[in-house]
Amino acid sequence: MSRVHDMGGRYGDGPIDPSEDDLPFARDWHRAALGLTLATGALGAWSIDASRRARESLPAADYNRLGYYEKWIAALADLLVERGLATRDDLVTVDLPQEPLSPRALRAEAVAGALSRGSPSLREGPAPRFADGARVRTRLPARNMWVPGGHTRLPDYAAGHAGRIVACRGCHVLPDTNAHFLGERPEPLYTVAFDAEALWGVAERPGDEVMLDLWESYLEPEP
Amino acid sequence: MPHDHHDHDAPHALLPPDPALRVRALETILTRKGLIDPAAVDAIIDTYARDIGPQNGAAVVARAWTDPGFLGALRQDASAAIAVMGFGGRQGEHVVAVENTPTVHNVVVCTLCSCYPWPLLGIPPAWYKSDAYRARTVREPRRVLAEFGLVLPEETRIRVWDSTAEIRYLVIPMRPAGTEGLSADELARWVTRDAMIGTGLPVRPSA
Repeated sequence: MSRVHDMGGRYGDGPIDPSEDDLPFARDWHRAALGLTLATGALGAWSIDASRRARESLPAADYNRLGYYEKWIAALADLLVERGLATRDDLVTVDLPQEPLSPRALRAEAVAGALSRGSPSLREGPAPRFADGARVRTRLPARNMWVPGGHTRLPDYAAGHAGRIVACRGCHVLPDTNAHFLGERPEPLYTVAFDAEALWGVAERPGDEVMLDLWESYLEPEP
Repeated sequence: MPHDHHDHDAPHALLPPDPALRVRALETILTRKGLIDPAAVDAIIDTYARDIGPQNGAAVVARAWTDPGFLGALRQDASAAIAVMGFGGRQGEHVVAVENTPTVHNVVVCTLCSCYPWPLLGIPPAWYKSDAYRARTVREPRRVLAEFGLVLPEETRIRVWDSTAEIRYLVIPMRPAGTEGLSADELARWVTRDAMIGTGLPVRPSA
């Protein structure tokens, strides 16, 4: 059921190179990709959930081939067309006429305030169903209940597993709907602890745990 | 009913394939259509290239080590506590601090994308965004940490935090022995970025 981005637990990726450090920007176009993505995001035409959905909806071969900022740029172009901010023709027109700056466009003097505000996902919402310490089980399979093949934040490796509620983090925007412009539908969000041995069959050390932040509709009570 | 298959001639395929040219083309289109203020784009880039980085998180950790009142506030509501120090906002709207102890070591990953506490650590390094780190850290954290040169005592349990929502985790490493006389400013120099992700420990600064 999972998409290419949902890679937790996967075998075959080889060693990590901690010296692989591209900060702050290895290429000039990386910095431009970040600046354009954030400035365009400030137009308010889509949420971070929709951005993630656009990146992970790239065909698997493209997702694997493209670098981090290349995925950002591909998703940005796709979202601009999806949301009607640009047309396919605009993307191939060499010399577009200069239009006046949109009133919605982020101005330089507003950047510091916009970045320090961010986009909080905490909302008013229903009271939590589960108490700290409660046993729960995650949905199986991990899937979006509104959109077949749609965005969800339940990783495949944790689907169908029993865990323990560690904390309720308040009600947060539900990515499964928000990513598809189907509303925010805030739900209680919990940090849930899973026993590593139960997740993987064998743990490097008994007692190790994996902690995930999961929305209430991903969870059922576990007797 | 909405659906989510991806068109094989997706709009991005209309842009030049070379990434530098592709970004340049988008920048031109967005500017011409009045959707971005180029000065705002520059201001965003400058913020992340220059102003925001692991020194922010290091100041939080050093204060947690030296100021019991702040540590208490950090445990109760880390977002509010760091806001007092001027930190917060994009990709750090909801922060939770997780403390290492002699028996528990914390390490942070995002298996689904590359979520990371930007206001405290800056933008993430390449290895944090790599497939290998995202795939393996949840399943074999000890092997992953060994590749960073970090070998934990046998009695230490590991908690891997997979950043699946908008909560951003900051690891508070244990204060190193022998640092009792140091000020918060001096201690902050011991706090590496990797120590706040959980792939490292504090390191004595080179003189």
